[in-house]
Amino acid sequence: MLVIVDYDAGNLRSVQRACAKVGMTAEISADPDLIRRADKVIFPGVGSAESAVDTLHQRGQFEALQEVYQAGKPMLGICLGSQIVLEFSAEGDKDCLGLIKGVVSKFDFTDRSLKIPHIGWNEVEIVQPHPLLKGIESGDEFYFVHSYFTRPADKNDIYGMTEYGHPFCSMLGHDNLFATQFHLEKSGRKGLAILAAFATWNGDSQC
Amino acid sequence: MLSKRIIACLDVREGKLAKSVRFVDTQDIGDPVSKAREYYDDGLDELVFYDITASSDQRNIMLDVVEAVAEQVYIPFSVGGGIRTVEDASRLLWAGAEKINVNSAAVQRPELIAECAYAIGNQNVVLSMDIKRVEVCREFPSGYEVVINGGRTPMGIDALAWALQGEELGAGELVVNSIDADGTREGYEINLTRMIAEAVSVPVIASGGAGKPEHLLEVLTEGKADAALVASMVHYGDYTVSGLKQWLHDQGVKVRLKY
Repeated sequence: MLVIVDYDAGNLRSVQRACAKVGMTAEISADPDLIRRADKVIFPGVGSAESAVDTLHQRGQFEALQEVYQAGKPMLGICLGSQIVLEFSAEGDKDCLGLIKGVVSKFDFTDRSLKIPHIGWNEVEIVQPHPLLKGIESGDEFYFVHSYFTRPADKNDIYGMTEYGHPFCSMLGHDNLFATQFHLEKSGRKGLAILAAFATWNGDSQC
Repeated sequence: MLSKRIIACLDVREGKLAKSVRFVDTQDIGDPVSKAREYYDDGLDELVFYDITASSDQRNIMLDVVEAVAEQVYIPFSVGGGIRTVEDASRLLWAGAEKINVNSAAVQRPELIAECAYAIGNQNVVLSMDIKRVEVCREFPSGYEVVINGGRTPMGIDALAWALQGEELGAGELVVNSIDADGTREGYEINLTRMIAEAVSVPVIASGGAGKPEHLLEVLTEGKADAALVASMVHYGDYTVSGLKQWLHDQGVKVRLKY
């Protein structure tokens, strides 16, 4: 059973539809016990890390997600979901899940032509292979909407980089967890290809 | 590097595709769902649907269109037209839209922008502005006025001031729609687009007047727009989305070509 974690952060049905498109039946749930029982977990999300982390705590999902990770089950974070897996976010100065070492910072540009949020299609440079990236090449474009970006502490946890004002990490992962800053469910066929690979992924990050 | 976006605009009236010229004389030109699918397959970056249905009791038809599009199209799309409350916005997002567009109702009650931004996030709230050229004067220092009702009702608000206020209230993107240029196919209103793009720190989408590929090039470079809205030029088959993007790429504009 695949569970999409409902923590009041964005359009979960879009993710559910994209899952269905690649042959995965996904259940949207806020129930921490169901999340614990899931075989695979997707945590998408838009909005602020601050309110997202508060909601995860209130609903008992925070510990549930940490347990799912410890149990070695395949996990996929999308957008805000890729940020809250780190230890700390500058958005509301929040302690996050801490599944991957590192922090989340805000874009800050003096060049006013660099709009914030970073909205639109941008290229991803693959920096190391991953089983979920079989259908993807460096230079493929994905759809981004965000004002904060991830900074994993260990470069071995970085899988993709994107340039916006400066290079930033757009794909990260560790063991059975993989996460993308861009919206897989809104990135056309390239996004669906990663989702399709997740459908059959056993959680082993080695290619 | 971030790509410039090509966004196709589909006017929908009671579930059918319509295209207006200067907001009058709309005519049906097909099914919005199959058109959306066709553009998605041809590499379109984003879609926007405007519900121009006149009577409010027909508006639920739009939710069915949104559901059907969401099942076939995996790129972002926004929906506008008739959104007056957070509930209207939430219903459209739940049906599958990525973002919502507010326009007239926000001019009449600007707090609507802040309410939507709080409920669904700034990045999902697009402020669409219909703008008409006027004499530069004390009331309109930018030389442009905000209008509603498809251009029939002038609001006495300066366009640049409204863009800045919209951003301040929480709009994540701005659509700058020139009523003077809309449907003419004679080119975007470049000065207006650039003036607003240079003043705000959120992305600006140019709208109204696209007729030739050169118009897109002009507004995405000189006009400083982050995205260009197209309608007639692709709806009637004069140009294809992939053809336009390839041409822009050849002119040195960064666009998404692999999809």
